[in-house]
Amino acid sequence: MTTMHSPVLEVPARPRRRLPKPTLLIGLALLLLLIFAALFPRVLAPFSPTDFDYEALLKGPSAKHPFGTDNFGRDVLSRVIYGTRTDMQIAIFTTLFPFIFGTLLGALTGYLGRWSDAVVGRVADLVVVFPFLVLVIAIVAVLGPGLTNMYIAVSAVGWVSYWRLTRGEVMSQKKAEYAQAGRVLGYSPSRILLRHLLPNAVTPAIVYLMTDMSLGILLGASLGYLGLGAQPPTPEWGVMVADGKNFMATAWWISTFPGLALTLAGVTFSLIGDGLADALRPRA
Amino acid sequence: MHASYVIRRLLQIIPTFLAVMLVVFLLVRLLPGDPASAILGDRATAEIVERTNRELGLDRSLPVQFGVFVRNLLQGNLGDSISLKIPVIRLIGERLPTTLFLTAYAAVLGVLMAVPLAVLAAVRRNTWVDALIRAVFQVGLSLPVFYVALQLLSLLGARLGWFPIGGYGENFTGHLYHLFLPALTLGLNLAAILVRTLRNSIIEVLTAEYVDFARAKGLRSRVIMTRHVLRNALIATVTLLGLNIGALIGGAVITETVFAIPGVGRLMVDAIFGRDYPVIQGLTLTFAIIVSLVFLITDLIHARLDPRAELT
Repeated sequence: MTTMHSPVLEVPARPRRRLPKPTLLIGLALLLLLIFAALFPRVLAPFSPTDFDYEALLKGPSAKHPFGTDNFGRDVLSRVIYGTRTDMQIAIFTTLFPFIFGTLLGALTGYLGRWSDAVVGRVADLVVVFPFLVLVIAIVAVLGPGLTNMYIAVSAVGWVSYWRLTRGEVMSQKKAEYAQAGRVLGYSPSRILLRHLLPNAVTPAIVYLMTDMSLGILLGASLGYLGLGAQPPTPEWGVMVADGKNFMATAWWISTFPGLALTLAGVTFSLIGDGLADALRPRA
Repeated sequence: MHASYVIRRLLQIIPTFLAVMLVVFLLVRLLPGDPASAILGDRATAEIVERTNRELGLDRSLPVQFGVFVRNLLQGNLGDSISLKIPVIRLIGERLPTTLFLTAYAAVLGVLMAVPLAVLAAVRRNTWVDALIRAVFQVGLSLPVFYVALQLLSLLGARLGWFPIGGYGENFTGHLYHLFLPALTLGLNLAAILVRTLRNSIIEVLTAEYVDFARAKGLRSRVIMTRHVLRNALIATVTLLGLNIGALIGGAVITETVFAIPGVGRLMVDAIFGRDYPVIQGLTLTFAIIVSLVFLITDLIHARLDPRAELT
């Protein structure tokens, strides 16, 4: 009961910083591992991901080949490690452009409102009527298979979520005192928007970016599996699962390990997303 | 539910359909070069390309072409499949029921898994039961559909022989049996999407003042569960199902491909590899129409179940 005496000396209690949850730390640790594997696959991988070895076809997991070998005698562990680079690239390039474009557009139309907001809103409503995967594979079908065309297709579709999140946030932030203060001080709208509103309004989009990266990897791998994404012999986890699908009965390891790698990458990003959402949530 | 709301919502679908048609029309115009050469391949002579362009009406201006496209659509004419040489509308008509059956089946399995587990997680929130359910579905959400499909197919289909490894079956029970694994694959994916949001919305209800009031009033907890909690869980489930119809269709495309099910999803993938543009166009249009109809139905059901919905 400190208020009972000497209230003058009382220092207002600083809100205690919450420690990040273990899930966020686990997610970040896994992310570091994935980044390391993507940057320096040579250090981790015992063999080349593309060299054939006809002496070791379809060998099960062993000390020499912990994840076994495939039908060309390629070391599955090495291919999974090299695949990290492709799938991390997919995670970045399926989300980067939608994030930048969607966030900026959301800030702009959220701030301007009126017809610009209405027009973009109609376009967004239209985009979501098409099942995401269907629209992406239809665009890829027209442009031709491959990673670059997949990035173009995803970018054309994926910005909507970021637009929604940022638009809503800017619309509520622009009524905040600090934004009104900026107007009173005579700051230009672009300064208020870019220097003051956007940094405050971007949090939900950043949290969603993590979830979206795990969705991006799943999408990229699905297209790879269907033959529309990364093209062989590029080691990509989805393509590798497809490579092994005809050997499920005799050599389960060819598909199973790349699939586990995909799941691990997905879990990594969703753990970070959850952790960030929790850490960045305004404290009550 | 007010009639004016229903009418307003029904009318909104007309501009949506027109815009969908425009997108699908423009999609094929994105093709590098002219569609005729793309359809005919590299070996066609300039003469044949020109004739095909004329036959397809591609020598006319874009607005005129779009007018023809819409007129044909309204007459139920989606063109002919290039590889199968039959009308696209007939092809879709033959294959669509299979996909609808699969997605409905998957939705039922998904809801049967998700709702009880979400209620359990919400009631026992912040205990190990809750943590376990959430952890399992968090991993489930990161499992690629094609991977789950392949593993189930190989384990329960090929190795243990409990379920057929492909095909659609003859009658209703045959469909149920043949499509069990594909529907389970899709259902698991859907359940992973549903569980978390459902859990949170149930917790919101459980901690709401009117539930406290009901308890204070002395209502038995079973009555509270059915009258308040489950009713709200139902509303949330319907909304979530509607919102995720696109993901369900995308999942069906992959699942049908893995399990070799003769539905529209597999047709889409086949059409892409066969560069069968009329089929791709027709299917994209069909999927978009299905999604907008599901959105419409979801809104109407929502308005029916939740009296507050019409106001927003």
